[in-house]
Amino acid sequence: MSIERQERQQGAALVAPALLWTLAFFVVPFAAMVMMSLAHMEGRDIVQGHDLGNYLKIFTDPSLRRGIFVSLEITVVVTLISVLLAWPLAWIIATRVPPRWRRMALLLAVLPFWTSYVVRSYSWALVLGEKGVVMNALVGLGLLAEPVQIMATRAATVIGFVHFFVMLLTLTIYSNLIQLSPNYARAAEDLGASRWQVIRLVILPLTLPGVMTGAFLTFVLCIGDYITPQILGGNNELSLPQLIMLQLGRRGDFPMASALSVVLMVIVTLAYAACARWLKMERL
Amino acid sequence: MLIKLTCSALAVTAGLASAAQAEDLNALIWCDHADPELLQPFEEAHDVRVNVKEYEGTAAGLTLLEQSRPGDWDVMVIDAVDVGRAVERGLLAPLPTEDLATGSYFPEAVLADHTTIDGTTYAVTEKFGYNTIAYNKAAVDPADMESLDALWSGKYDGRIAIYDYYLPVLGLVGLEAGVATADLDAEALETLREPLMKLGAASKQVSDVVGSQTALATGEVDVLIGGGEWLTAVLNAENPDLDWTIPEEGGLLWAQSLAIVEGTEKPELALEFIKYVTSPEGQARLATSSCYWGMPANKAAGDVLSDEQKAILRWDDQADYLARAQLYPVPDAETDTAMQDLWTDMLQN
Repeated sequence: MSIERQERQQGAALVAPALLWTLAFFVVPFAAMVMMSLAHMEGRDIVQGHDLGNYLKIFTDPSLRRGIFVSLEITVVVTLISVLLAWPLAWIIATRVPPRWRRMALLLAVLPFWTSYVVRSYSWALVLGEKGVVMNALVGLGLLAEPVQIMATRAATVIGFVHFFVMLLTLTIYSNLIQLSPNYARAAEDLGASRWQVIRLVILPLTLPGVMTGAFLTFVLCIGDYITPQILGGNNELSLPQLIMLQLGRRGDFPMASALSVVLMVIVTLAYAACARWLKMERL
Repeated sequence: MLIKLTCSALAVTAGLASAAQAEDLNALIWCDHADPELLQPFEEAHDVRVNVKEYEGTAAGLTLLEQSRPGDWDVMVIDAVDVGRAVERGLLAPLPTEDLATGSYFPEAVLADHTTIDGTTYAVTEKFGYNTIAYNKAAVDPADMESLDALWSGKYDGRIAIYDYYLPVLGLVGLEAGVATADLDAEALETLREPLMKLGAASKQVSDVVGSQTALATGEVDVLIGGGEWLTAVLNAENPDLDWTIPEEGGLLWAQSLAIVEGTEKPELALEFIKYVTSPEGQARLATSSCYWGMPANKAAGDVLSDEQKAILRWDDQADYLARAQLYPVPDAETDTAMQDLWTDMLQN
């Protein structure tokens, strides 16, 4: 047996467990979900079939179609706000916080990850309520004449999401920033660039891989999240995951739930395609 | 084949694996049955462990059963009005009723029309209550709450929460529109669209049990349509101002029942569990479960409950309440789909 062939076999053997894992826990379930999405309901029974009726309904039924737009709108807003907040935070930790305090700063930054997601969402419900801390403070300081409604609105959902995803983005951007050689900034300054120009023209472009990786993770996790909009949004509009849960829990309509899930996966795949050039881990 | 595969995978992720242990009693339940105060006495008396899996909504419960293997589940809590749906699918076993304490039941809570199919009893009611109006009497005029009209009057706009379950709330909207729950068919449903949308516009949120309790307890809302003693009783100690009433138009009677699942390998143990839950002691514990309170179906539980507990449950008013309450709508598949479409429209618009 040639060495080349032996190496090929060894490589295949090493990759095989991962391939089998992916096959068993992604490819097969995904195929099953696609098959299910082509079935339909007759009364309360699932009838296997091969029609696109569920997909047609998703794009013609105003309530279902709106679910897609609600999810996209929330996700895009959350991703943008999170990036805008996380980049300066990561930059401050990487460049302005003394090295011996950086570990502590990062620890503080990821503290929200330590609590249960559900508990955190209910905590935000209490904080954002009309009689919560935020409104009491704003009214007490005379900044508002009377409380305004934040809880049970889209704003509450966005705040709950941003609180979580700023931390995630801070980590990905920080890991990118910390690897940048200070010589880039020094060279730019030697060539006459102002501090703002160094950040805008040198540092920011070099951190794009970290930003885009974090933004993509934010997009994927946010668009697929059910808990935050369910608890903080007050059910005043339904996102895609909420519609999926409605099909499963209330209607027992597995075909429609599967079709909606496939649409969700297509959206995530498109987002990946849009970010693909930056999503190479070795760049981080 | 793929459909079965998918559903089996879902059932496994739902915790079926832990439910399939030997010598245990596996129960598909509502959250009030998960209270250790209720389960421990039975477990100790029979030297068994009761494994519970909570579910919400009959559709979810029936799906879980259908995707399980025979013998995976032994008993099930189910809406009394939905027993027929489960029997139709062959999911429930006949229930020997000779040893059950139904003789001392509230007659209106027996609901034999729903639990007995073609002369065979498949379930026994265990707890009941009302979907009606819950409110904070420190923040609203209790006299207003005596009529459903108040919720459409504009006076409480932005201070109302809607309980997120389409059947009781559509039933209440129907009562406001003069439609009895028994007459709620696809045609009648269209007349409810406008008042439902108005109610949705007047409300601040549509929320599940925990969300509704939180909103009432924190003063986020002052009125909850669809609420009742099951929601306010557990909060009574913290805030006695949280109250409920049945308005002049009426309220909806909910009743949960307990059944033996078809295919169980422990029918005797399952029956013992049902006998325990329907006994006066079991009934008192179930009525005051930490998840939610409700009236015990067995009147004899009154001997076990304290006067304070009975006062919170409005024990002495039950005759009047039962006379004014209507049963949940029992829609056929087509009407059920139309109801859920209408509900989704309300949520999404």
